[in-house]
Amino acid sequence: MKALDILRTAIGNSFRSRLRTTLTVIAIFIGAFTLTITNGLGTGINNYIDTQVSAVGAPDVMTVTKPTETATTSDGPQKYDPDAASTISSGTGQPGATVVALTDDDITAIGAIDGITSVEPIVRVSPDYVSWGDNDKFVLSLSALGGRVAVDLAAGSGFTSDSTTAEIILPTDYIEPMGFADYDSAIGQQVTIGITDALREQHTVTATIVGVQEPTLFGTTATLNDTLTTELFDAQSTGLPASSTEEFASAVAHFDPASTDQEVSTIKKDLTAAGYSGTTVSDQIGTFQTVIDGIILVLNAFAVIALLAAGFGIVNTLLMSVQERTREIGLMKAMGMSGSRIFALFSAEAVFIGFLGSAIGSAVGIALGSVISSVLANGFLSGLVGLQLIAFTPISIISVILLVMAIALVAAVLPAAKAARQSPIDSLRYE
Amino acid sequence: MTPSALSTSDLRKHYGSGSTRFEALKGVSLDIAEGESVAIVGKSGSGKSTLMHILALLDAPSGGSVMIDGTDASTLRGRRLNELRNRTFGFVFQQFFLTPNASVLENVMLPLKIARVGSRERKRRAHEALQLLELDDKARNKATDLSGGQKQRVVIARALVNNPRIIFADEPTGNLDSATGAVVEDLLFDLNRTKGITLVIVTHDEELAARADRRIYLRDGLVVDAIDVHAPASEAVGA
Repeated sequence: MKALDILRTAIGNSFRSRLRTTLTVIAIFIGAFTLTITNGLGTGINNYIDTQVSAVGAPDVMTVTKPTETATTSDGPQKYDPDAASTISSGTGQPGATVVALTDDDITAIGAIDGITSVEPIVRVSPDYVSWGDNDKFVLSLSALGGRVAVDLAAGSGFTSDSTTAEIILPTDYIEPMGFADYDSAIGQQVTIGITDALREQHTVTATIVGVQEPTLFGTTATLNDTLTTELFDAQSTGLPASSTEEFASAVAHFDPASTDQEVSTIKKDLTAAGYSGTTVSDQIGTFQTVIDGIILVLNAFAVIALLAAGFGIVNTLLMSVQERTREIGLMKAMGMSGSRIFALFSAEAVFIGFLGSAIGSAVGIALGSVISSVLANGFLSGLVGLQLIAFTPISIISVILLVMAIALVAAVLPAAKAARQSPIDSLRYE
Repeated sequence: MTPSALSTSDLRKHYGSGSTRFEALKGVSLDIAEGESVAIVGKSGSGKSTLMHILALLDAPSGGSVMIDGTDASTLRGRRLNELRNRTFGFVFQQFFLTPNASVLENVMLPLKIARVGSRERKRRAHEALQLLELDDKARNKATDLSGGQKQRVVIARALVNNPRIIFADEPTGNLDSATGAVVEDLLFDLNRTKGITLVIVTHDEELAARADRRIYLRDGLVVDAIDVHAPASEAVGA
């Protein structure tokens, strides 16, 4: 029999017992459907995180901190060292986590590390409010990741590079309450930012709105340019002794954007050797993605279990089919059909059933997933602009179908081998 | 003398071992000439089906040898054996063995499909075979929708479609009433005469056996009395 004839005959055979084939296809359908949806969920969430990554920071930036020496042995409390630099709240990481403050010397040392093109200290400012004209004042929270980020803008053009004027990007949900008619009309307007210094005296700084930003996974935060940050920092530091203004929680190190992952990890290693710790944006985002991938993996595992159960369904269907067609198999063998072609015939039938189940499962999965996703995007998840909860890539769909067909092929081995082994005489005698 | 199509020498076959050992054939030697019609006659349990299976290379003997066209069948393996079966033999069974939900045409085409004949050629030859058996109008029908006699004619068309040199018929009229049985018999002997196809009929029916050129009687796995009935058989065929 030619390969095409085998395929055609196998497809024909699978329709001969419609009810049985349908039931098996349903079992596969459930598995393939689940797998398509869970994969789609993973793709959707990871796509969203990927766009967030570009919103959060440039890829050529690394946050450098000086971690505290943790007590490595249990030989009692650490001795106080009066010469050690003071610790400072990192503002990132778990609450209460502290890092050793960076001094100007540290900044120079970091800048000297091979591969780092420039380094600037990150100063932390905590403004009290933002307001426009005589409108209401609103609490202003800033992006924990500081300036220098590539943000996903709803309006405006973003920071002008090397600007010496104070510039701010506000999140979308500030615009209306602050009294602007729409996003575009806010661009270019001057806002007033209030900030309190150490002596409880409030200062105001004015800044120009250069962009309106979509909310991100990290909440609705405003982003400031360097000039504004410096102005706010100066205002905030009024009355503080000079030494405390020369201590920084962290610094931003720039490296060549064309650096490979390996070069980046070399820089990180060098930083570690020098007593610093460098974290890129993708490191921070990577943690999110690892968690998401872990959840998706568990969900996929359940779907695969369903598929394995369906695999036994295929074994059962084919065994019955072999049993029913004993005579036919015997006849074909008597007519000179080889055992390997009989094997191929039954395997092809299983693969076809697998294909049918997975194709229908994937199609329904895509249809339903898209509907659910768009309903959620307009309803309950409308706050997360750009999140398509369930997204599909052709590769993941094709791999689901191929996986199911592979499972079907494995399931076919036992019944197909049984059919191939059958002796023509025993089969023809079978009553 | 015509060359022999099939011959056996001291053919033995046993099943099981020890106390359950059963000797189906205890040394059968025979010679079937090209173009001959032979009836293997015996009661059930005489070993006639076993003999036919071995002659059709569906089973291997426990002892002795089968020569087909001067080749020892035991030397044939795998692909060569399958090709030989496919090209040389046609089968007609008492129970028809038609694929129930497939069309008559599909059923007749099966040997050609196995022989990897192209789709168009396959259809042409199947229709030709069906025409010969006056069943071409039933080509699209399901095999199960036919009467017993029609079914057996489909089976003969299937046996014929690949131009076999030998047709094995196992109780070909066993499931048919005498009128339709006679039609089927006529068809088989006609093919034997006009196309020169060697016909090996396995039967317990003396009347059917009488129409063959030669009868081989089997009892308890042994050839008991082979009577050459060449002359009278030819007369009977002419009827």
